[in-house]
Amino acid sequence: MSTFDNPFDPSRPLNRAGCACGRHASEAEHARDPAVHLQCSPVESEDKRYESVVASAVLRAIFPQDVSRRAFLQSVGASTALAAVSQFFPLGTATDLFAQSGPVEKKDLKVGFIPITCATPIIMAKPMGFYEKHGLNVEVIKTAGWAVIRDKTINKEYDAAHMLSPMPIAITMGIGSNPIPYTMPAVENINGQAITLSIKHKDKRDPKSWKGFKFAVPFDYSMHNYLLRYYLAEHGIDPDQDVQIRAVPPPEMVANLRADNIDGFLGPDPMNQRAVFDGVGFIHILSKEIWDGHPCCAFAASKEFVTGMPKTYAALLKSIIDATAFAHKAENRKQIAEAIAPANYINQPVTVLEQILTGTYADGLGTVKTDPNRVDFDPFPWQSFAVWIMTQMKRWGQIKGDVDYKGVAEQVFLATDTAKLMTEVGMTPPKATTKSFSVMGKAFDPEKPEDYLGSFKIKRAS
Amino acid sequence: MTQNLTFRAGIVSVLLFVTFVLAWHLATRGTGAVQQMSPEYAKLMGLTATQGKSAMPGPLEVGAKLWEHVSDPFYDKGPNDKGVGIQIAYSIGRVLIGYGLAVLFAIPIGFVIGMSPLMYRALDPFIQVLKPISPLAWMPLALYTIKDSNLSSIFVIFICSLWPTLINTAFGVAQVRKEWLNVARTLEVGTLRRAFTVILPAAAPTILTGMRISIGIAWLVIVAAEMLVGGTGIGYFVWNEWNNLSIVNVIVAIVTIGVIGMILDMILAKATKLVTFPE
Repeated sequence: MSTFDNPFDPSRPLNRAGCACGRHASEAEHARDPAVHLQCSPVESEDKRYESVVASAVLRAIFPQDVSRRAFLQSVGASTALAAVSQFFPLGTATDLFAQSGPVEKKDLKVGFIPITCATPIIMAKPMGFYEKHGLNVEVIKTAGWAVIRDKTINKEYDAAHMLSPMPIAITMGIGSNPIPYTMPAVENINGQAITLSIKHKDKRDPKSWKGFKFAVPFDYSMHNYLLRYYLAEHGIDPDQDVQIRAVPPPEMVANLRADNIDGFLGPDPMNQRAVFDGVGFIHILSKEIWDGHPCCAFAASKEFVTGMPKTYAALLKSIIDATAFAHKAENRKQIAEAIAPANYINQPVTVLEQILTGTYADGLGTVKTDPNRVDFDPFPWQSFAVWIMTQMKRWGQIKGDVDYKGVAEQVFLATDTAKLMTEVGMTPPKATTKSFSVMGKAFDPEKPEDYLGSFKIKRAS
Repeated sequence: MTQNLTFRAGIVSVLLFVTFVLAWHLATRGTGAVQQMSPEYAKLMGLTATQGKSAMPGPLEVGAKLWEHVSDPFYDKGPNDKGVGIQIAYSIGRVLIGYGLAVLFAIPIGFVIGMSPLMYRALDPFIQVLKPISPLAWMPLALYTIKDSNLSSIFVIFICSLWPTLINTAFGVAQVRKEWLNVARTLEVGTLRRAFTVILPAAAPTILTGMRISIGIAWLVIVAAEMLVGGTGIGYFVWNEWNNLSIVNVIVAIVTIGVIGMILDMILAKATKLVTFPE
């Protein structure tokens, strides 16, 4: 369930296909069914959003399984459930605390970003005034690459930054840099990546024919790397033996594709669409076809910032959650595309950004495709995502030996807001907020990461 | 005769330039093959794909863009989008600090090395190892230890532009004619005075040649460093436009970098002329 969905709605869709309750093939059919109009309508007002985010977190903590949440809501009804939950958890107080805008410790902040559409919430919060709304004067600074953004955040030149979601885990565990406690209080986007191949390979749509290809991914510790490796391995291609995968900064991907240096890439947008726009590549598949709802980029901050300046951190996070919620709505996407296109931000043609954000896009082979969920924005850092990322890190030999999956996931993927707010009102925070999901049809159980890892044929870990 | 020669050289330069621009114009004018596509699909595509327009811009486009930048060089539309003038100012500022430090450091050390054959031999292996290291190789180390990207770029300029001045100073000092030193000795000139009144003027042309090589290197390095670190400067401008695959702007930046580099070199060439003496 998405953080912005009404948590008291027992019929909210668990997957994106079909209707809300899952009993009908489409939303239109669902609307015609008189039985569904009996439940209460979701809260839509902007002011109520914090309340619903908090409520959503609380309810998720009480019922980690969607199924039991539904069963509970269906049996007692939403209003009774709300009353029951409020009785032992003061939702109002928690919401007030969350929405409270006391003087922040530090008003002028610097937030680093990489110019890709994943960073949409961080970027748009500036031109669209979300930071100002929460009393912050934030400068969003464009940065040249992931290693630099990591170093600049560690150096404290940035207060917080846009990172790839595996990066805070890697930094915390000390892979590729010294271990520094890092936190990831929010995911920025889900989906929104794609495998783009050079136009000369337009007849090689079967991954089995990709032996000898050279691929680019943005960074070693990226969802892109893990998803591409997963996808290749599922098709029997060993990503280390049969193909070459190299880390190439996103801006250089299209140039390299044009120069025939690489055969394709699993990269972030706008690079996929830009390759199509310039006629050098085509979109083979969207990353959502590998794992629908996968996290990609993240909003990250050092533990020191989170604990040292809690009010600033809360205000910043609120701005991001606000912006993410705004970006989540399809009707705002065009406006966002225009706001983030200028040279100061992403620096890409508006046409390209619009195609990515609205999901009506040219695929590079002469067809216009429509997929409104091509990219979506949902901030909740599911800890099971972190566990999956660590299984893949171990699978490809980036980490060795025993891994404290749960410990690291809890330390890095903060459901801190919720947890912190709950502690403040004298409650015990929930242990973990996990959900299971499936990648290319294979279910992942966050409770059994080692079994999951053992089930793969192609892997480096012994 | 020299007047005449300069004039003729000028004509050849202009002719070469015109030929080059004309060839460039002709080479980029053509359009490539275009695939058939439906109108709504075409609307989502770029000009290269729809009209077969060459990805390489022609001289007219570049000229127009250059004019656009020159006519408004100091705009400031936020931290990531500043005018070319401001970017250049940032780059020159960094270069001058890094280069200035390098010169302040290199000349005294070069003097010591040049005046003492022992130090010359002892330090030689270090200099030879450190000299050929690329600026980009220093950058990760600098970022990690200095913990400030701006200081890191300055450090990288410093470390890269240090060597030519250092080596040239040492060489110039060591090569001062023995007769002059002997004359100074007969006149019982003190060491300090000898260094400033005899050796320095004698070695000055060589030192300035070293400084001229150094400034060229510093200007080369700044672009690479700023592309890596980002933020501000002409190197960042190139990177930002590369990110947008805007070849027009990249060419504009290349031209600008070349012109500034030439001006810096000319200033030091003039300075070298000032200290050169006839023998």
